[in-house]
Amino acid sequence: MTLFQALKTDRGGMITLTIIALATVVVPVCNLLVPESNPFHVSTFTMALLGKYLCYGLLAIGVDLVWGYLGILSLGHGAFFALGGYGMGMYLMRQIGSRGVYGNPLLPDFMVFLNWQQLPWFWHGFQWFWFAMLMVILVPALLAFVFGWFAFRSRVTGVYLSIMTQALTYALLLAFYRNEMGFGGNNGLTDFKDILGFSLQADTTRAGLFIASGVALMFGYLSCLYITRSRLGRVCTAIRDQEDRVRFIGYRVENVKLWIFTFSAVLAGIAGALYVPQVGIINPNEFSPLASIEMVVWVAVGGRATLYGAVAGALLVNYAKSYLTVAMPDAWLFALGALFVLVTLFLPRGVTGLLRKKEVA
Amino acid sequence: MRVLDSMRAFMRRDQVFDFLVPVVPPDLDLTHGVILYLENLNVSFDGFKAINDLNLYIDDGELRCIIGPNGAGKTTMMDIITGKTRPDSGSAWFGQEINLLDMDEPEIAAAGIGRKFQKPTIFEHHLVIDNLELAMVGDKRVWPTLTARISGEQRDRIEEVLQIIGLSDQAKLAAGSLSHGQKQWLEIGMLLMQNPRLLLVDEPAAGMTHQEMDRTAELLTSLAGTHSVVVVEHDMDFVRSIAKKVTVLHQGSVLAEGTMDEIQNNQQVIEVYLGE
Repeated sequence: MTLFQALKTDRGGMITLTIIALATVVVPVCNLLVPESNPFHVSTFTMALLGKYLCYGLLAIGVDLVWGYLGILSLGHGAFFALGGYGMGMYLMRQIGSRGVYGNPLLPDFMVFLNWQQLPWFWHGFQWFWFAMLMVILVPALLAFVFGWFAFRSRVTGVYLSIMTQALTYALLLAFYRNEMGFGGNNGLTDFKDILGFSLQADTTRAGLFIASGVALMFGYLSCLYITRSRLGRVCTAIRDQEDRVRFIGYRVENVKLWIFTFSAVLAGIAGALYVPQVGIINPNEFSPLASIEMVVWVAVGGRATLYGAVAGALLVNYAKSYLTVAMPDAWLFALGALFVLVTLFLPRGVTGLLRKKEVA
Repeated sequence: MRVLDSMRAFMRRDQVFDFLVPVVPPDLDLTHGVILYLENLNVSFDGFKAINDLNLYIDDGELRCIIGPNGAGKTTMMDIITGKTRPDSGSAWFGQEINLLDMDEPEIAAAGIGRKFQKPTIFEHHLVIDNLELAMVGDKRVWPTLTARISGEQRDRIEEVLQIIGLSDQAKLAAGSLSHGQKQWLEIGMLLMQNPRLLLVDEPAAGMTHQEMDRTAELLTSLAGTHSVVVVEHDMDFVRSIAKKVTVLHQGSVLAEGTMDEIQNNQQVIEVYLGE
């Protein structure tokens, strides 16, 4: 099935893509060209917030691909997201140059503060944008590949695999908290100045990042759509439903899982890299197990195995989070838990399941 | 000079390293007319001997029924043949050349052994036609599967199998909506799509009406000849209607082998199984 045919059968996806495409054009226009006095003006704050949601949307698609279609409940996708974010953060740190507080042309501030004399080996190369972007893709991919290689080959499935992914992200959380790791410890990386020579404080740069996030989300969506509507996609859902049967008709289940899981990690890494310049900071909290569980809640709320449901869920839950953490800061975690329980009990097909009448797997 | 020579041997351009040579399983060799050899197999689970010195030979093109009380080791035997369980000792050969104990499930499936499970195991969320397409023989690696397109010839084959299993009218339905008997047929259809030489069929008649059972018997007998078929079944009427040769398993080894009449008159068999 070609991509065009696939899109024709995915009405929810068409609507979602149209909305994202419109937002990608309209929001920057309303920010840059509409004067502030006009009610249609979109503030830079709002645009950054929406840009953040777009990144979450891309991340959610990746989670949906492995959970909704392949049946692997990953509670560690935050790890890939954060690694992508750190890749971008390291590039942005190197761009600061001598404009840092300590004015060291080579070493980022936190290294000067720790009295380090030279740049650790793994920080080399990150002064180049292309290298950083390569790492944004390769590092999460490599981690996912190695992790998946061992996990899927030993046929670890179900809740055991979920716990292992959770342990993976927790281990990385603890590691990144350490100053000796060379990633800024618990403060993480921040105080970014510019990207590719454009100031991160400028509205135009912000608009550019927003557009990049929208485009990345659309590409991510289309590639996942292509995968899920191919024969491989049907093999994925078959693995989710009857893993043994798939093996006995001759597919290497572990390889399918490995490649899809790795691809999903790459999507998460790209989402993280786009997220960091828009929020202005990356710190180890992105590795926290709770963050990864939240991602699963987005997909559950939106509706599993639909892709557009994942995007919708990410937007809805994060909007609620932005609203609630301001209005009732203490209530958010309770709300999140309640949301997960209620959706599981009463809306097993998620919010978008209300709109769909017939089950299309 | 030794170093130089070994260097030259190492750098030879007309051959690649051993680990780079793809392992191609040998072709199915049926010169002796026997498609499956199981010899001296033993399996125990936590001290319980599920298979106990089992010897079994299946001829090419044969339709063999295997009966036996619960726990006789019928399903464990199928697990060994298809690579799901490894025996503690013994050997299992597919034709003269293919050692089944060296292979895992997908390799064994690709070599030409198809299996139908006891409980109908189909992809309930997929359409009937998709179930058949997924099972279809072909390149099942990840990338070719991603870019796979169905050819006209393959479409014809799917139509043909739909005809054989009598589900032409249900082709575009979700497999989960089929009746129990139809699910059993769909699973047999999936086996056929794999183009196997040997079919292992576990309780094909379970939960079927008499009419459905007759049609299943007809289907299985028509497959024998071009395929070798091994049927595990509890229903004696069904076995009688299809079997030429019956093997009785008891406590993990072969108790008796012969025609249905011979088996029914065998005193040992009557004691452990038929008579009770």
